[in-house]
Amino acid sequence: MELLSGGEATIRALRDSGVRYLWGYPGGAALHIYDALFRQDDVKHILMRHEQGATHAADGYARATGEVGAVLVTSGPGATNAITGIATAYMDSIPLVVISGQVPQEKIGGDAFQETDMIGVSRPIVKHSFMIRRAEDVAETIAKAFYIARSGRPGPVVVDIPKDVTDPNYKVPYRYPDKIRIRSYQPSTKGHSGQIRRAVKVLLEARRPVIYAGGGIILGNAADQLTRLARQLNFPVTNTLMGLGGYPGSDRQFVGMLGMHGTFEANTAMHHADVILAVGVRFDDRVTNTPDRFCPGAQIIHIDVDPSSISKNVPADIPIVGACDAVLDEMIEQIETAGERPDPAALAEWWQQIDEWRRRHGLYTAPRHEPSVGTLIKPQDAVRALYKVTAGKAYITSDVGQHQMFAAQYYLFDKPRQWFNSGGLGTMGYGLPAAMGVQMAFPGADVACVTGEGSIQMCIQELSACTQHQLPVKIINLNNQALGMVKQWQDMQYGSRYSQILYEDSLPDFVKLAEAYGHVGLRVEHIDELEDKLRECFSYKDRVVFVDIQVDPHEHVYPMHVSPGSMRDLWLSKTERT
Amino acid sequence: MRRILSVLLENEPGALSRVVGLFSQRGYNIDSLTVAPTEDATLSRMTLTTQSDDLTIEKITKQLHKLIDVVKVTDLTDGLHIERELMLVKVKASGDARAEVKRVVDIFRGQIIDVGSASYVIQLAGVSAKLDAFIEALGETAVLEVVRSGVSGIMRGERALRA
Repeated sequence: MELLSGGEATIRALRDSGVRYLWGYPGGAALHIYDALFRQDDVKHILMRHEQGATHAADGYARATGEVGAVLVTSGPGATNAITGIATAYMDSIPLVVISGQVPQEKIGGDAFQETDMIGVSRPIVKHSFMIRRAEDVAETIAKAFYIARSGRPGPVVVDIPKDVTDPNYKVPYRYPDKIRIRSYQPSTKGHSGQIRRAVKVLLEARRPVIYAGGGIILGNAADQLTRLARQLNFPVTNTLMGLGGYPGSDRQFVGMLGMHGTFEANTAMHHADVILAVGVRFDDRVTNTPDRFCPGAQIIHIDVDPSSISKNVPADIPIVGACDAVLDEMIEQIETAGERPDPAALAEWWQQIDEWRRRHGLYTAPRHEPSVGTLIKPQDAVRALYKVTAGKAYITSDVGQHQMFAAQYYLFDKPRQWFNSGGLGTMGYGLPAAMGVQMAFPGADVACVTGEGSIQMCIQELSACTQHQLPVKIINLNNQALGMVKQWQDMQYGSRYSQILYEDSLPDFVKLAEAYGHVGLRVEHIDELEDKLRECFSYKDRVVFVDIQVDPHEHVYPMHVSPGSMRDLWLSKTERT
Repeated sequence: MRRILSVLLENEPGALSRVVGLFSQRGYNIDSLTVAPTEDATLSRMTLTTQSDDLTIEKITKQLHKLIDVVKVTDLTDGLHIERELMLVKVKASGDARAEVKRVVDIFRGQIIDVGSASYVIQLAGVSAKLDAFIEALGETAVLEVVRSGVSGIMRGERALRA
């Protein structure tokens, strides 16, 4: 058996866990590991400019590929800088393994230089964490960390490694375990057949059904099954913000995103439904509006791999614990075997009603914003132009704010793992580093980060890492000169008292800034040049392009839930509500 | 209502803090908590009491199960069970009070386990209500210190909580 130091074993175990890219930032407590990294070629390290960027990039890579994202940081500030990225991954159930260096064991607890209790600090935002105390335990612990991160409901796992454990002079036999067994952790896979049978019966009797599908469809690789089931039953499908792309966005049966900024037709259909098939969702408050007014007449079937998600916010009538793909497969099979279909006349009537809602207030049939006046660019039109120019094929990441909602509403995602955003935690600064991870996963593909002048400045330092690692992402900056979503809330709820949302002429010249990093910068101020400039942007295949689009500073995102209220209670414009 | 949860968890560093953290993070309350290793040194047994309705206790149980270190969770209040709590009480005891305190201790089947010139340390085990009643029964006796272990519980009969 080969003898390796703890540091060498760390890198070897990452390799043996399938890691190709490791996103990170070196520092004192991690130096033995970084030295081991230097002496091998299997794992490629991507030096970011901030540990938050490293976690977001690994997260983007994980979402794009379905693999576990890997991060290496040092102790203290390295570890705490990674926290926002870990919390982002935790809220969206993204598999990450974050290795953090730690001060030597004999110094732990002594307030040593760059010491932070990483296990303690990260505890509420990890799926699990380990501190490795002996070089002998490195391989097995890392193998366990990867297994936990990717299985069941995925999530981030922190592995804290004190520096003495990675001592290059202490070598131990290296063995990567063939199989991981954890007696207290056996995530369920198959659903309960009896429950599935009950659910199928309810689905076949439904007259006003809606399929409400979320991020679990994407994480659980169940988009094919979802599409097959929806077509088999001819049911309308809505996706959550996290589930976009889980069902083809341009398909007739897709009624758009639901929730706070979801479409009128999706929210209204949910409210009037008699059966809701909820798959891989968690009844988030941004979806349900006021929970006790949620879908009053509906029987709720809830499929989720995590039992604690079921009946957490809204009680489920038929809970099914299991992996989405396996459960949907069994449903499709049971329906096929039964040879039955829901009442076609009832469904035809339901579809007629939905189409009528679409015609009346649909986002795509009757746009929810006033047309661009003169040369002013509406942010919605910028996203629509992006959709057109990229033929709907680009991978889109986003930050947090109005631009995120416009991207979710107006870019129709036809496949899973095409749309990436921090839906749960709502992390400004996610978009650019995540785009780098996505670009690493799909070299040569068009990857665009739809962002705003607020969010982009939260991780803008990664423009430098883009240069170093040749990640030619495109930045589509919807620049409305203000923190737009906050401004919208201040307009709607605080009498337009704009508290701390303006920059008072302090915004950088983004074109020059991009150029300073060696990138291409483009400024778009007139609606007439919008499409051409976007085309120019995507013509630079090997360059990062920063497109600074000056958009209408007064625009709001609609529809928007009236809160408190039910799902159908919506603002449709600044003056119109349901 | 009052619930008693029995939790079997890996005897690993940090396992206890994950359980306690879960309660504070999710806004659940803990009334008492005891934890110690079992006959199997790799496992710890925890007994935890909380005031929760049915819905909340279901959520707590699910969240506990979700912790990787948690092996088994059971709600003892669902079935027949025995619960005990140990209490140590230090009281002022001099003059006439000495005999009076001794009498009350005997009635409650407690033991005086330390005798000082002007104080006793009393040991008493039982259900929590009995311990409360004892404190009450001490009446005007000056209580200097009360230490309670928190509830430990076990199911009646042959059923056992094992890994």
